[in-house]
Amino acid sequence: MPEGGIQAPPMLDAAVAFGRVLRGAGLRVGTDRIVEFARAIEEMDPARRDDVYWSGRITLTSRPEDIEVYDRAFELFWETGGGAKPKPRPKIRLSVPQPDRSVMPPKKTVEKNESGEEAVRLRYSPVEVLRRKDFALYSPEEFAELQRLLADLRLSGALRRSRRLEPAPRGRNDPRRTLRSAMRTGGEAVRHRFRKAKVQPRRVVLLCDVSGSMAPYSRALLRFLHASVVAGGRLEAFSIGTRLTRITRELTTRDPDRALRQTAGAVRDISGGTRLGDAIKEFVVRWGQRGMARGAVVVIFSDGWDRGDVSVLAEQMQRLSRLAYRIVWVNPLKATPGYKPLAAGMAAALPHVDVFLSGHNFESLEELARAVAAATERER
Amino acid sequence: MNNASGERRGALPSGVSHFRELGVRLRENDYLADEGLSTAIFLSLKLGRPLFLEGEAGVGKTEVAKVLSRILETPLIRLQCYEGIDVYQAVYEWDYARQLLHIRAAEAFGGEDRERVERDLYDREFLVSRPLLQALEHRGPMPPVLLIDEVDRSDDEFEAFLLEILSDFAVTIPELGTIMAERPPVAILTSNRTREVHDALKRRCLYHYIEHPSFEREVEIVRLRVPDAEERLARQVAAATEKMRTMDLYKPPGVAETLDWTEALVALGARELDEQLVEATLGSVLKYREDQQRAANAGLAALVSGVGGAGRDA
Repeated sequence: MPEGGIQAPPMLDAAVAFGRVLRGAGLRVGTDRIVEFARAIEEMDPARRDDVYWSGRITLTSRPEDIEVYDRAFELFWETGGGAKPKPRPKIRLSVPQPDRSVMPPKKTVEKNESGEEAVRLRYSPVEVLRRKDFALYSPEEFAELQRLLADLRLSGALRRSRRLEPAPRGRNDPRRTLRSAMRTGGEAVRHRFRKAKVQPRRVVLLCDVSGSMAPYSRALLRFLHASVVAGGRLEAFSIGTRLTRITRELTTRDPDRALRQTAGAVRDISGGTRLGDAIKEFVVRWGQRGMARGAVVVIFSDGWDRGDVSVLAEQMQRLSRLAYRIVWVNPLKATPGYKPLAAGMAAALPHVDVFLSGHNFESLEELARAVAAATERER
Repeated sequence: MNNASGERRGALPSGVSHFRELGVRLRENDYLADEGLSTAIFLSLKLGRPLFLEGEAGVGKTEVAKVLSRILETPLIRLQCYEGIDVYQAVYEWDYARQLLHIRAAEAFGGEDRERVERDLYDREFLVSRPLLQALEHRGPMPPVLLIDEVDRSDDEFEAFLLEILSDFAVTIPELGTIMAERPPVAILTSNRTREVHDALKRRCLYHYIEHPSFEREVEIVRLRVPDAEERLARQVAAATEKMRTMDLYKPPGVAETLDWTEALVALGARELDEQLVEATLGSVLKYREDQQRAANAGLAALVSGVGGAGRDA
């Protein structure tokens, strides 16, 4: 690589400034990492592009998804001032705080869908009515109310036996505690102590379709995902559209509006098309079969419209069903009177689905929470 | 805590002061690292920071720890993580059977007072050290290499504990006191990403994601690790595995599988890959029945044709 490709302001200043750029682009870069970066650079050659690149990548990223963002930010930050190689740069999109609207589909559809609602002034909506009201008909005020309802809804997976042991009245021998109690009786193990496997909730994986056809529901469903992630527990969330995006981390921010903004920043295919089969395949290959889906409760929120090849979806659903403990499919269209799963994707997926729900209103989300927590037939 | 001079010196092997020199050492020990990985290992040694390695199975994450222990001429201490692993399996455990015997013996011979017996009971000699304690207690010119393998298989509770150990390089045993490392061990953590390891733990570490090697590098690795394989065979095998990686398999072959496969072929006396040989040895590179099926459907002949630069002409 050419020397002098990098202008060298005092290293720490540059490191801090670069750290800020990365943070703006969504990486979690704390001060400790920036100091580490500056230290690393000292051990390398700050004038050499690759040395700076690797020092930064090794100290400032912490997962493969970071690398793409890092690469673009690196190019933007270190290679524009130097002018060593004027190669065309791809457009970089650094996410900046956006108004809340961004979690919703693009403005046009919003206004089309909710034009009537926009004008409605604050009005009283009794909780009972709200619980049954279709999310697509919600007013902005009702979304605020929904937020309060969601806070009480916990999504917790069906229980499974963990490999970790805990004290129990009977079970396997626990020599550690037996000895302790023997100490009290002069070394005679009068009472034997036991332990048995702890029980813990299964991991829950949420895959939420954010394509255009789901737009009336994705706002409420993303809020539901957020509330579930924030409530804690073993939970993972992904958005699916033309591609798969892991959004668990974005959703951990407690403030719902900020969390949804971050999510919108991370998901680049909101309100686009759906390639359901491809997205689920990506999930199975990159996450599912490595362990995330094994023994987990997998919930898919989608209307089943698939622009891709439906045979891919069928195959991937089969793969997924072999890994997962249970698959729950949530399709808001199911609430429509006389609904039949005619969408090709839906029809292809259904044979591999254990529970099929509507998820179009709060009440059915409660039903979902019960389905997620329930053990399968054979275990009851 | 680490004193400043020890930290400055890091744990670099003698004669190595640049990442390229380290790369050469790795190579001398049969490990081919690209620039990124050499830099990551170099910085980890120099700055005394644990190194967190992620990547597909079989790209050589665990191997890094092994080769480092050879280069540094220091023991490799390995902690294999699994679901449910706890402090008693990772750090220490009292030897209950012997403790009980000790109490009985004390009773039998009488005389000794209870307090004394109890004190003796928690003597170091009744403590069984597990890998993490072994790493902290190691004394020698070089700190040991501590491999914490597949961290992603352990659970949050254990991760939090690991974070503590990797911050202080010390552990407190209630009955004995605090045991502190003379010098921080060279810690290598690996993960297959079955789940996301907690940020706090990763923040303690330098991070590197290992990709599948490029074609040329993989050929080089094969030549280095299976010296009996001829150049032509090495190229054909590397090209075929590269193709397999694009075939959307359950378990795409890693470098480890490429090496297994080459060894199998060499054992069969193969000097060149052909369809029959692929069929006979497919099990050493693709280990799922579905994957073998998929490769077969795609046509095994395609795996040997148009091989990267080497051609298939007789």
